Amino acid sequence: MSEELKSPREAQSGLWSRVWPLLALTLLWQVVAMQAHSRVLPTPLAVFEVLLREISSGDLLFHLGQTVTRVAISFCLAMVLGVGLGILMGRSRRADSVLDSFLILGLNVPALVTTILCYIWFGLSETAAILAVVVNKIPMVAINLREGARAIDAQLMEVAQVYRLPRSERFFKVYLPQLYPYLFSSARNGLALIWKIVLVVELLGRSDGVGFQIGSFFHFFDITSILAYTLAFSALIFLLEALLLRPLENRLNRWRP
Amino acid sequence: MTLSVSIQSKQFANGSCAIRDLSFTARPGEFVAIVGPSGAGKTTLLKIISGLDTAFEGQLQLPAAGKIGFMFQEPRLMPWLTVAQNLSLVDKTASGARLTQCLAQVGLKDCADLFPNQLSGGMQRRVALLRAFLVAPQLLLMDAPFQSLDAPTADQLRAHLLELWQGSQPTVLFVTHNLQEALALADRVLFLSPGPSRIALDLPLDLPRPRGVDSPAVQALAQQLLQRYPDLLKGSVQPAA
Repeated sequence: MSEELKSPREAQSGLWSRVWPLLALTLLWQVVAMQAHSRVLPTPLAVFEVLLREISSGDLLFHLGQTVTRVAISFCLAMVLGVGLGILMGRSRRADSVLDSFLILGLNVPALVTTILCYIWFGLSETAAILAVVVNKIPMVAINLREGARAIDAQLMEVAQVYRLPRSERFFKVYLPQLYPYLFSSARNGLALIWKIVLVVELLGRSDGVGFQIGSFFHFFDITSILAYTLAFSALIFLLEALLLRPLENRLNRWRP
Repeated sequence: MTLSVSIQSKQFANGSCAIRDLSFTARPGEFVAIVGPSGAGKTTLLKIISGLDTAFEGQLQLPAAGKIGFMFQEPRLMPWLTVAQNLSLVDKTASGARLTQCLAQVGLKDCADLFPNQLSGGMQRRVALLRAFLVAPQLLLMDAPFQSLDAPTADQLRAHLLELWQGSQPTVLFVTHNLQEALALADRVLFLSPGPSRIALDLPLDLPRPRGVDSPAVQALAQQLLQRYPDLLKGSVQPAA
């Protein structure tokens, strides 16, 4: 509701307060880079030039596309499996005590280790890459959703039971909405973490994707291209947040005062 | 079909006994108030009858097919659903003109698209009341639903309740601590003993309706009862010395 009441001016000032820190950072970068005058810190303008060149050659879009596909697939898999696991552990004390050690293990084994093991055991394949990412992410989603499942309001569930709501409605209209805050925080953290892991996975065992490209630039000490790819990447995250996550969250939170 | 409740015993996990040898019947359409001291297991009794609590010894005979309406102490609406969505959650046919008409009946004509936290406590309870009647229940369980409301709001809700009850005539079990409320609403009042509870007094009422909580007839009867059984509200029917 608050979204609808916001005047255009307020919306603009909201956007501006998000944009100016980024502009300030860019300006600072430009000044420092001009002073330093070093190959390891190119100016934002130089980076931007490379970015445009890479876009027009099609390379950047291809590799970014590969990475985004991997991120999307592993994100969905990790969310679905992690949510299922979290709910199970939040509801059943027995499942919780059986699975808790695995969760702690999963949270603490470094992404690099799981990635290398997946590649060694399952070969340098797409499946192994995705599996490595998913295995890294599931424990975080599960631990978050376990909290949510423990905080479920038993009184509302009683209402659903007394009025004999069908299972699907009980889940989607009474149970799941109570988990939305936990789902969103998992989705945000998840996206951030998965980006990072996907890049490592690509660097280690794929021949396309942003991670692979950054690996190659590293060999040639091409800092400008590394920063150009990072920039493209960050822009995409901002767009995703602004066009998908935040509007969805606002919609689902409409009822909050 | 008659509602028949016969509970030999209900024990909690910690071993304490909430209910022992409690039985009663209620004929279809009868409005039965249940009055008892706190801790007498009134809420437990309603949970058993509604099927929320199945760990007890005894038999229940509920009105055949058809849902049970249950109005809890708190409104218990889904905060993320609008009034209309809350109602259609329990009854798919509650939409369009039918929904508008139902809402108008309890004075909530323009509230269909509001969320529960945009309503006052009294309005939320009207929605909860409507929800309980929407499923066309043959049995309606009410767990002290008006207890935390101010007097005029509670009066208004009692009026809505009686109007809806007279319309569709479900059997009602209405738990309350408030003797006057029980006497004003019910056809019959069951007084419970302290836990483990049983029925201490089964009192049929033949006062003419409508009778307000403050009406002279209700006040006189309450006074008369308390003179005869000074500890009635503590669940004891020892006559005055």
